[in-house]
Amino acid sequence: MADIIRVNGLHKRFGEFDAVKQISFAVAEGTTFAFLGPNGAGKSTTIKMLTTLLQPTSGSIEIDGHDPVREPGAVRHSCGIVFQDPSLDDDLTAWENMEFHGVLYGVPRPVRRARISELLEFVELHDRRDSFVKEFSGGMKRRLEIARGLLHHPKIIFLDEPTLGLDPQTRNHMWEYLHKLRASEGITVFFTTHYMEEAERNAERIAVIDHGEIIAAGTSTELKERTGAASLEDAFLQLTGREIRQENADPSARMRMIRGRR
Amino acid sequence: MWRTIYIMWLRELKRFIRSKSRILGSLGQPLLFLLAFGYGFGSVYAAAGRGSYIDFLAPGIIGMSIIFTSIFNGVQVIWDRQFGFLKETLVAPVPRIAIMFGRTLGGATVASFQGLIVLAATMLAGFHPVSWLALPAVYLLMLMTGTLFSAIGVMVGSLMRDFQGFQLVMNFLVMPLFFLSGALFPLNNVPVVMLWIARFDPLSYGVDAMRYLLIGAAQFGLMLDIGVLVLVTAVFLALGSYFFSKIEV
Ligand SMILES: Nc1ncnc2c1ncn2[C@@H]1O[C@H](COP(=O)(O)OP(=O)(O)OP(=O)(O)O)[C@@H](O)[C@H]1O
Ligand SMILES: [Mg+2]
Repeated sequence: MADIIRVNGLHKRFGEFDAVKQISFAVAEGTTFAFLGPNGAGKSTTIKMLTTLLQPTSGSIEIDGHDPVREPGAVRHSCGIVFQDPSLDDDLTAWENMEFHGVLYGVPRPVRRARISELLEFVELHDRRDSFVKEFSGGMKRRLEIARGLLHHPKIIFLDEPTLGLDPQTRNHMWEYLHKLRASEGITVFFTTHYMEEAERNAERIAVIDHGEIIAAGTSTELKERTGAASLEDAFLQLTGREIRQENADPSARMRMIRGRR
Repeated sequence: MWRTIYIMWLRELKRFIRSKSRILGSLGQPLLFLLAFGYGFGSVYAAAGRGSYIDFLAPGIIGMSIIFTSIFNGVQVIWDRQFGFLKETLVAPVPRIAIMFGRTLGGATVASFQGLIVLAATMLAGFHPVSWLALPAVYLLMLMTGTLFSAIGVMVGSLMRDFQGFQLVMNFLVMPLFFLSGALFPLNNVPVVMLWIARFDPLSYGVDAMRYLLIGAAQFGLMLDIGVLVLVTAVFLALGSYFFSKIEV
């Protein structure tokens, strides 16, 4: 299948610091691709460059045949994005946040209505559609953002640590739905995570990124074979020379890691 | 383009209508000025043979509420940055200029509503416009003045990363713009320096035009007022759009 994302020698420098170092990879259309790496690896920076929010220092990107630097409009149309940090308007209702997005992305009204209902139904927020977002829990906000990212039928959905703060049940539910969308709409899923289990279970291909470099890429089986490790976790340890959780020195991050493993 | 402007405008409006504290809060200052100055200086003003100070002051106080509300609207850009919503608008496949225009018009509309509320309040305090027929034109002027200062607010909001910076601008830009504009005192007897300062202050022209329509007296004349407002608004819309388009998150 054709590659819908092509990245070549992508580099981002903040002042003196190289956050992303000459990375290259490709994602085939209709597949799920995971960026697995510890805190500060450069995952979010990469996503921001792919989605037109940051200018690369050098290298080339192609999203659905378009260059985010030269044709940001076209790229923005193709992408749905769930950011790592919240990006909802707390003073609007769930429905209004969706409506705002739909209008901004030019989704025609009847389609918009139906799609918003369907998506809110799916993330189980339909009966809370007229509540203000500020009254939502963290997990509810997350679900709303995921629904919003899918609203305009993007070709690619970028999910930056999408399941952070979701309980296991909701997490499974979300992945089930994403896989279903992938089958029915042929959507490509690009997500970042520090949960190895999540990458292994949901992604066809995984790129392990650390200190701004892709140190290995392939299916989880390939990664294990290459390193001769029994689990992806051991493979990661071999590749980076350390355990992923060591990067998460703070207790709350560690908790998340532990919860993510279950 | 239009749908973007519309939805950004609608958002500003919804936020305004829902925030009762903001509506009341931004009424406090103009009313305080109206009472303190209007009644405080009223007798001095009348004794100098100039007629009713409240009548003179009312357009100035309306101008005040408009400049404060519309420039403060720029703070919304900083809020959006801090709460992450700015990203949502910046990754949308729409021209940045449409986002900026929508925000600006939203801010201007909100400011014009404030202007209307203040106008009603000044009438309660004893202000009599010479003609009711002028009110629609006065409203248009409020919108225009609001658009001008909204554009400045959005521009400043795009350049600032935190509220302290914005506070500084409020104090060092908005206060002088207001006090030196002729909103509070007639410009026909002030020292030349002050007159020249007022001539470079766009608020002077907004207030002057409203005064022309509301009490039939003007310093610069309606045509000059409107000409200057249109020109300066165009300049700041362009500048604001430019700086807004340069935002990175
Ligand atoms: N705007 C910026 N200016 C300077 N440095 C930055 C900026 N954004 C990111 N960085 C740095 O780039 C590195 C990569 O950050 P990035 O957010 O991409 O990591 P990440 O892989 O998403 O991590 P996490 O798992 O914590 O989200 C970090 O060291 C970070 O401090
Ligand atoms: Mg990140």
